[in-house]
Amino acid sequence: MTVIFKEETFHDDFTFRNSPEAVKRFPFPFPEDSYMYSVNLEPHKSYRPGSVYERTFDVDEHYVSEMRDRARVLAEDPLRCQSLPHMTLAGWDLLELIMTSKAEEYPELFELHRDGTKWHWINRPLGIEQKFTFLDETTLPYGPMEYITRQTQGDFAVLDQRDDNLWMDAGMVTTQADWSLDFDIGMNFFEWHAPVPKAHEMGIFQRALKFLLNVQQGSPARRLNWTMTVYPLLDTSPENYHKWGVMKKDLTLENMGQMMHLRVELQTFFRLPRSNALVFPIRCYLIKLDELVTVPKWARRFHRVIRDLPTELATYKGFVTNRPKIVEWLSKYDDGAPTSPGIWPD
Amino acid sequence: MLEGTIPSRPVYGALEIRPGRLHLIVADAEGAEAILDLAASAPPDFFAGAQIIYLPKKSGDKFVAGLEQLAPAQLYVGPSYEAALPRLRRVLAGAHMGLQVYLAGTEGLMGQAMLEATQAGIPHSAIQAEHRGSTVRRVQCVHCKGITEDVTHDPFRCAHCGLHLFVRDHYSRRIAAFQGVRVDAEDPGNIPESVERFR
Ligand code: HEM
Repeated sequence: MTVIFKEETFHDDFTFRNSPEAVKRFPFPFPEDSYMYSVNLEPHKSYRPGSVYERTFDVDEHYVSEMRDRARVLAEDPLRCQSLPHMTLAGWDLLELIMTSKAEEYPELFELHRDGTKWHWINRPLGIEQKFTFLDETTLPYGPMEYITRQTQGDFAVLDQRDDNLWMDAGMVTTQADWSLDFDIGMNFFEWHAPVPKAHEMGIFQRALKFLLNVQQGSPARRLNWTMTVYPLLDTSPENYHKWGVMKKDLTLENMGQMMHLRVELQTFFRLPRSNALVFPIRCYLIKLDELVTVPKWARRFHRVIRDLPTELATYKGFVTNRPKIVEWLSKYDDGAPTSPGIWPD
Repeated sequence: MLEGTIPSRPVYGALEIRPGRLHLIVADAEGAEAILDLAASAPPDFFAGAQIIYLPKKSGDKFVAGLEQLAPAQLYVGPSYEAALPRLRRVLAGAHMGLQVYLAGTEGLMGQAMLEATQAGIPHSAIQAEHRGSTVRRVQCVHCKGITEDVTHDPFRCAHCGLHLFVRDHYSRRIAAFQGVRVDAEDPGNIPESVERFR
C-alpha cells in the first residue's frame, strides 16, 4: 500500500479535500436512518481491508498536513498538551503502543529498532529519526506523550484509573469538537461529560464507564461520534471559538457542498500495560457534503438523520441555526428510496 | 439550592463536627452563620482545637463578635482571599494527620480553599463544604484564561480581555471556576441584554 501525502491546510485558505479513495473509506457513522445517543461500543478489531478500521492507528493521505496543523496550534497555545506529573509512565506506554503498531503495520513508513532500552525510531513521512533510551525523558525533545502524539493523527486523552472512575489527567487536544483540555484536565468521567444533554438521564455514561473500566490489555474497543463543521477546521476549540464561531455565518445554499463538513470521530480505547491507564485516541475525519453525496446511500440517509435529529442534539452540536439550510440542500439527494442497513456504501 | 447543577459542579452539604486533632475553618461573609450553627452541636473543647480564617467581605463586622465568642485557638479576620492565602498555605503545610477542614460561604472561596487543601495532600474525606450567602460566580474566560471574580450578570465582560462572555454551568475544580464563553462569537456585536443571575 502506498499513501501519497497531500499538501493542504486546515486554516486560512483551507485547501483540505479528500481524494475519491479517501471518500470511499470514510467512516460514515449512521447504521440507520435516524440517530440518538447509545452505548455504541464494539471491539477494535481489524476488518475490511482498506477501511479506517484495518490498522491500530490509521495513517491516511492527510497525515503530514495534519501534523503540521497540530504544530501550528501548539505554537499558538501550548496548553493544548498537558500531562499531570503522575502520568509520565502512561506517556511511555502510549509511545510504545504507537511505535510498535505503526512499525509493524506500516513497515514502509515507520521503523522501530530496539536493543534493550536503546530504541531507534524512524518516521519517514515526517523525516524524523530519533535514537533514545526508553523510559528516560531526557533523551527525547518532548515528554513521551507529546513526542509521539506530535506524530500521530487524532487527539489523545490519557485516563488514570482509580476509585472506580477514569480521570482525564493527560492529553494532546488540537482537533477537538469544542471542548477544552485545559478546563477539563483532572476531571472524572461524569464531570467532563457534564455538558452533554440527555445521555446522563439515559444512563449511558454509567454503562459506558462500567465497560471502559474493564477494557483489558490487548482487547481495545471503539465507537464513532460525529458533529458538523463549517470550513475544514480541525481546531474547533472553545479557546478559539471567538475566531471560528463567526465563520458559521458564511454558509449559504450555494457554497454548502464545499463549506459544510460532516466531522466523524473514530474513538478507540486501549488499556496500557505498565501504568494501567486507559488511552482514548479521538481521530477526526472530515468530509465535504459534495464528497459525501457521491455515495447515494449516504446522501439519502444523512438527509433523514439531520432532518429528524432532536433539537437538543442539534443545539449541543452547534448547527441548529444552519440546520434548515443543510436539510434543504440535502433534500435534493433524497428520493425517498429505502436504504440498506449498515454503514458501508452499496 | 443553587441553580444550574450539573455533574462537574461540586455538591455542597451541611457542615458537621468530625473527630480530629485540629479543625481548620475557612469562611467568607454569610459563611460565618454556618460556623455559628456548627457551634451549636460542638463539644465544649472543639474550638480550643480550631483555627478560623474568616473574610467578612460585604458583611462587615456583622458576624465577627459572634466568632470571637466561640474562643477559637486562632481567629484571623482578613480583607480578601489573596491576603489570607499565605496564612492558609502555612496552616496546611504544617498540618498532620487528623486535620479536618470546614469550608463555608461562597463557591469561589470554597473552591479555591478546597484546591489548596487537596494540593497540600488533605484527603477529600477530611474536607467538608457548605454553601451560604451569595451565589456570585468565579468565572474563567476560556479564550484568554483570565478569571473574573464575583460575577453577578450573564452575559458579563471579561475583566481581562474585555470579551462579552456567557456563563456556563460547566465547572472545573482544578481552576475553581465556571467557564465563560464569548456570547456573540457567531454574530459579533449582537450581545443579549445582561441579566442579574447571581446575587
Ligand atoms: C474515556 C474516554 C472518553 C473521553 C475522554 C470522552 C470525552 C468526551 C468529551 C470531552 C466530550 C465533550 C463534552 C463537552 O461538551 O464538553 C464528550 C462528549 C460525549 N461523549 Fe465522551 N468520552 C469518552 C468516552 C465515551 C464513551 C465510552 C461514550 C459512550 C456512549 C461517550 C459518549 C459521549 C457522548 C454521547 C458525547 C456527546 C457527543 C456529541 O453529541 O457530539 N463518551 N466525550
